Amino acid sequence: MLSILTNNYGTLMSGLGYTLLSSLIALVFSLIIGTVFALMEISPHKWLRVIGKLYVEVIRNIPLLIITMGFYVIVPKYLLPVDGFTAGTIGLTIYTSAFIAETVRAGIQSVAVGQMEGARSVGLTYTQAMSQIVFPQAIKIVIPPLGNQFINLVKNSSILAFVAGFDLMYQGKIIANATFNTFDTYLVVGLLYLILTMPLSYLMRHLEKKWVTA
Amino acid sequence: MQSFIDAYSQVNLHYLLEGLWVTVEVSVTSILFSFLIGTLLGIARYINVRIFSAAVGFVIDLIRNLPLLLILFFTYFALPNIGIRLGVIPASIVAMTIFESAMLAEIVRSGINAVPVGQMEAARSNGLSYVQAMVHIILPQAFKAMIPPIVSQFISLVKDTSLATIILLPELTYHAQIIYGQDVNYTIPMFVALAVLYFVVNYALSLGARLINRRLNHA
Repeated sequence: MLSILTNNYGTLMSGLGYTLLSSLIALVFSLIIGTVFALMEISPHKWLRVIGKLYVEVIRNIPLLIITMGFYVIVPKYLLPVDGFTAGTIGLTIYTSAFIAETVRAGIQSVAVGQMEGARSVGLTYTQAMSQIVFPQAIKIVIPPLGNQFINLVKNSSILAFVAGFDLMYQGKIIANATFNTFDTYLVVGLLYLILTMPLSYLMRHLEKKWVTA
Repeated sequence: MQSFIDAYSQVNLHYLLEGLWVTVEVSVTSILFSFLIGTLLGIARYINVRIFSAAVGFVIDLIRNLPLLLILFFTYFALPNIGIRLGVIPASIVAMTIFESAMLAEIVRSGINAVPVGQMEAARSNGLSYVQAMVHIILPQAFKAMIPPIVSQFISLVKDTSLATIILLPELTYHAQIIYGQDVNYTIPMFVALAVLYFVVNYALSLGARLINRRLNHA
């Protein structure tokens, strides 16, 4: 098992790097897109609510693989050339943004209604009240579930293996095919994933406990 | 537009639905096994027997933090390396069951935790044994609270079966790939069909869950 790690150290580390890079890029963009759709879902305008709800419901009920493969197969054929890493990361971003939208919406709605009413009656506009009063309170509630979304994102980034995205799973597959030692290879790949996800998941559990009691 | 009409020929639609049926079969079988194993694991973690519960908890955490795709590779490609050979369908079901059991164990544990301690104490003081109290008093109440998270777990399971195309499980996504592999013009129609079919199945499930939830809360 150790020989797999030492002989392919460079390849595995570059895979780990691409996994982390793709997850981080997808996190940043899905946070932005997710927050926008969350705000649409609770907006006072009916049409914005409909669009927000539609986006979230549709994306959440379609497999990540279909979204990712859609970008990998269809976009290069009709629009512009994209490589596996880009297609995979875009797929991840869109898929995750729907879940983040739900998390953020739940966070905002868990802030007492009186906060918004109070802010409005003091003379703030809807936008001001949302951005300065409601949103800052929601962030604290939302951080542990967002952390869990990030863990999911790291795990889901293994989808890049389907589209030749050079991530950890993809490199693992190549090493396994080259060495025929599938058992040890996938054990090593599993350990590398755990190094990324386990500390994060314990941290989030700790934060959840600490902030719920606080 | 013509490509859509051609792509949705009766033969192709039939082939897609055949794939959907395999998706449903694998998902339902896996969720049933996972429900049994997950309940046992969840209880094992809940009862707090010193080292045992901690060990179970650690294994659950390990599995929950791994990508399902890796577990799938493990059951199909890695196990033959140590002499265990599984067919495509068993390998898929085993992988899904391992992953979902760990997910359901957490749902079961928090479901049991949500039942007020007084319920157990009252059952015990009425003369029920711990096992009787668990089976007749605690679990029925816990399961009620667990229905919505279990359904959403089932929805992600249905979506995740698409990953098994990589080991050539003949489910919905794989069948669609075969169809558009024969004719490039069928690519977009097939992706549209995939999105619609998965959406319909999963949205129906989540509507069903909402309905059950409303019923239970009124009762």
